[in-house]
Amino acid sequence: MADEIMLLDWWSSMFGMRVRIALVEKGLKYESREEDLNNKSPLLLEMNPVHTKIPVLIHNGKPICESPIIVEYIDEVWKDKSPLLPTDPYQRAHARFWADYIDNKIFQLGGKIWTRKGEDQEAAKKELMECLKILEGELGEKPFFGGENFGFVDVSLVTFSCWFYAYESFGNFSIEAECPKLIAWTKRCLQKSSVSSSLPDPLKIHDFVVQLRKKFGIE
Amino acid sequence: MGEEVKLIGSIQSLFSFRIEWALKLKGVEYEYIKEDVRNKSPLIFKYNPVHKKVPVLVHGGKSLPESLVILEYIDETWKNCPLLPEDPSQRAMARFWAKYADEKCLIAVWQAYMAEGEEKEKAMGPALESLAFLEKEIKGKKFFGGEKIGFLDLAVGWIPHWLNVLEEVGSMKLLDAEKFPSLHEWAENFIQISPIKECIPPREELVSYFHSALIYLRSLSANKP
Repeated sequence: MADEIMLLDWWSSMFGMRVRIALVEKGLKYESREEDLNNKSPLLLEMNPVHTKIPVLIHNGKPICESPIIVEYIDEVWKDKSPLLPTDPYQRAHARFWADYIDNKIFQLGGKIWTRKGEDQEAAKKELMECLKILEGELGEKPFFGGENFGFVDVSLVTFSCWFYAYESFGNFSIEAECPKLIAWTKRCLQKSSVSSSLPDPLKIHDFVVQLRKKFGIE
Repeated sequence: MGEEVKLIGSIQSLFSFRIEWALKLKGVEYEYIKEDVRNKSPLIFKYNPVHKKVPVLVHGGKSLPESLVILEYIDETWKNCPLLPEDPSQRAMARFWAKYADEKCLIAVWQAYMAEGEEKEKAMGPALESLAFLEKEIKGKKFFGGEKIGFLDLAVGWIPHWLNVLEEVGSMKLLDAEKFPSLHEWAENFIQISPIKECIPPREELVSYFHSALIYLRSLSANKP
């Protein structure tokens, strides 16, 4: 019986992008449904009643929510191709730790950079750069966070890279200036078709943020 | 698997106790290193330089912070008495609810505990809502793990003891037996299980800690511009 896979998604969501990457890595066919986040579909409300958020993976009718949990689910079910988590328990724990770190830091800090001004914005910029430097340190000399191979932490972080141009424009700073190895890593990841086909153009993200700022009355 | 296991934990930390319960359930011998969260030792900065928090598991010299990450590591390293189910969709559900309990329920309870006066009633709303989700999830089951306790039971294992103390110190009632009968029953069953029942913090210690914490935290917000 063929698997039925549906992804409830939103084009600019870094979290949705993670799931797209994982699905492509595993060579899976799926139906993608773009949600209107201002008018959430009955399906989304039914499949994710707790958070009413995307992404939601619906596999043979069963919903899986929260992007790191979805990616790990995909990795466990389709374990024979392109493993994203290593087999060693300590390395797996290490990967989960860094994915959790990324989730707790990058989204909120990045968001503050394009929504705030003055001291708040400066503080967010400073903290974001500290976090990215820590992540760059964790990458070290490895081609990917997963070592020789693209893995779970790479999937978790690379999706923010298409938002970097927007952060830099509105925050008036350069991520590459302080984290050149991290930017080199993003370019390396973009050479993979799973990543390049899943991430939108940073200019499109930038224009979207311009619209959002107008909508929320942020100068 | 004969490598040394150490747990750096604290008697006030509900996150530390999750790890102790998991290690004891699996019959893993470990050395407990007691930290005082109010007065952190250099050990914490050494073994958890990123977050500087307890608990930290040190296994064969390699350190691991973040309690839910540690729980999965323990489950994958010592395969007896499995905490997570085998089926991937059930595993995803257990992880989902554990994340929810930490990111929504616990935070909401904490906000309610800290709130004063009119704000308290308002702050209790999200906490009650999150308990209602957990009530729905436990309905019809003895434990979140089914017949035996599992990953999610350990993750929400703070409810029987810590919630009770936060309710008392925070002058609020959240886990009402009438409103949440299944969750209430689960809590009663959970604390009867060995090794949980032999491994709980002394109540007076928790009351004293959360009482001083409340005074301190409220003084911080009073001093904010």
